[in-house]
Amino acid sequence: MKVLVPVKRVLDYNVKPRVKADGSGVDLANVKMSMNPFDEIAVEEAIRLKEKGAVTEIVVVSIGEPKAQDTLRTALAMGADRAILVTSDTKVEPLGVAKLLAKIVEEEQPQLVILGKQAIDDDNNQTGQMLAGLLGWGQGTFASKVELAADSVTVTREVDGGLETDTFRLPAIVTTDLRLNEPRYASLPNIMKAKSKPLATKTAADFGIDVTPRLTVVSVAEPAKRMAGVKVADVDELVNRLKSMGIAK
Amino acid sequence: MKTLVWVEHDGSTVKDATLSAVTAAAKLGEVHLLVAGHSVGAVAEAAAKIAGVGKVHVADDAAYAHQLAENVAPLVVELMGHHDAFVVPATTTGKAVAPRVAALLDVMQISDVLSVEGEDTFTRPIYAGNAIATVKTSDARKVLTVRGTAFEKAAAEGGSGTVEAVATTGDTGLSTFVNQEIAASTRPELTSAKVIVSGGRALGSGEKFHELIEPLADKLGAGVGASRAAVDAGYVPNDYQVGQTGKIVAPEVYVAVGISGAIQHLAGMKDSKTIIAINKDEDAPIFQVADLGLVGDLFKIVPELTEKL
Repeated sequence: MKVLVPVKRVLDYNVKPRVKADGSGVDLANVKMSMNPFDEIAVEEAIRLKEKGAVTEIVVVSIGEPKAQDTLRTALAMGADRAILVTSDTKVEPLGVAKLLAKIVEEEQPQLVILGKQAIDDDNNQTGQMLAGLLGWGQGTFASKVELAADSVTVTREVDGGLETDTFRLPAIVTTDLRLNEPRYASLPNIMKAKSKPLATKTAADFGIDVTPRLTVVSVAEPAKRMAGVKVADVDELVNRLKSMGIAK
Repeated sequence: MKTLVWVEHDGSTVKDATLSAVTAAAKLGEVHLLVAGHSVGAVAEAAAKIAGVGKVHVADDAAYAHQLAENVAPLVVELMGHHDAFVVPATTTGKAVAPRVAALLDVMQISDVLSVEGEDTFTRPIYAGNAIATVKTSDARKVLTVRGTAFEKAAAEGGSGTVEAVATTGDTGLSTFVNQEIAASTRPELTSAKVIVSGGRALGSGEKFHELIEPLADKLGAGVGASRAAVDAGYVPNDYQVGQTGKIVAPEVYVAVGISGAIQHLAGMKDSKTIIAINKDEDAPIFQVADLGLVGDLFKIVPELTEKL
């Protein structure tokens, strides 16, 4: 069984984002970029399925600027087999990404596509569900456990009230939540090996898909800042403060 | 503009998240509702009483019993033939359904809307709320998910909507519900609690979490939350998690115990009215957003605080 794993290059999760002074966006010049953490979990899950013998090939794909190649190499070093880079001059929104992925699915014919549930830059949480809709496939969103069978996948999903388990007919989409697994680090020998793994480069235009953004970013601003309050000396002072604020009686 | 609001419910009651979505939708135009489920007559009746609603479309079918996105998306698409905007609470159900609908309508969804600036312009958080983007859509129809804490709740009573049954679109056969592990709790739900007490990894174990956090929460009539670290460590289940990818809360009072305040956690609670932090590290980032901070050993402070309240 073949698995497709889309990955996105984003601002590293440890870096505090800074809004550009002109309000046009978040400053991404000279800052550390990494694979979206949810996508790392998706790559890891695919590798574990392969290690169990349920999966034979893992294809990773990234859509974005040419530098997304680094992110693909990271996925290859973790254990993916080959990579597809789709470059685009303009920012591609989740709807456009889903349309491009649907084309790649048509070509590659995977039985399973595992995606991160959201990217930590735009926080959209859309691409997996959109791809599932376009393909007419089931969508096991927010997965904390994935059990693959011959013709179905059973996914335990993190929902507001707790956990929900659903079964999806294959082919299907799975989107990962945080507790699905803990991604491995690529070892140095595997990083070296990844350099010779196949990486095909295409452009969005090759697929004949119009990825013109539907949304215009009017402005990007810092949120209202909270002011640090006061530190109290002890529990008694805290209780008194809470009483005077009407929080405690 | 005619809007269709997704009613979030548990089969018997309308969830509060719906009321915030109604407020957001009312800024765009007429508000109609969709109740999808199985044996949801009572939900539809309750929904019709929400202030300001027009039609309440009810799709009652076993195929919608668990509101699986695969089955409800075609239903919504059908109804969107005569609505201009699909407005959905940003709950896990809403987040699963809305993008599938958006793709089928060829619309770019706007996620986690914080404010409606005009009929095509909205604000939304990006980068875990470290930046707020104002976006304008060129799509004729809109699909929005709405952050509950950003909009006042519409009154649950006082409306007189008309309930109308809609034809089922049936079961796609793509997905099957297996089971649910929903924790029964007598405490207020996190997303609607007025007071929340949250614990972090510093508690050290699930036993300590229950032993220290729960009595304090009981004293304050509070809901109980947790940081991602505490959930990852297995102290409490996933539905306790507050943060960028967990629940977004904005209670009157948020008490953070042994939580350092990673940006991902702050993203989920920094709109709380009053924040109280208890942490042994005086440089913990949580103190930068806290109105009241107490530096010290939580294992001594929390029992003492619980006793003195």
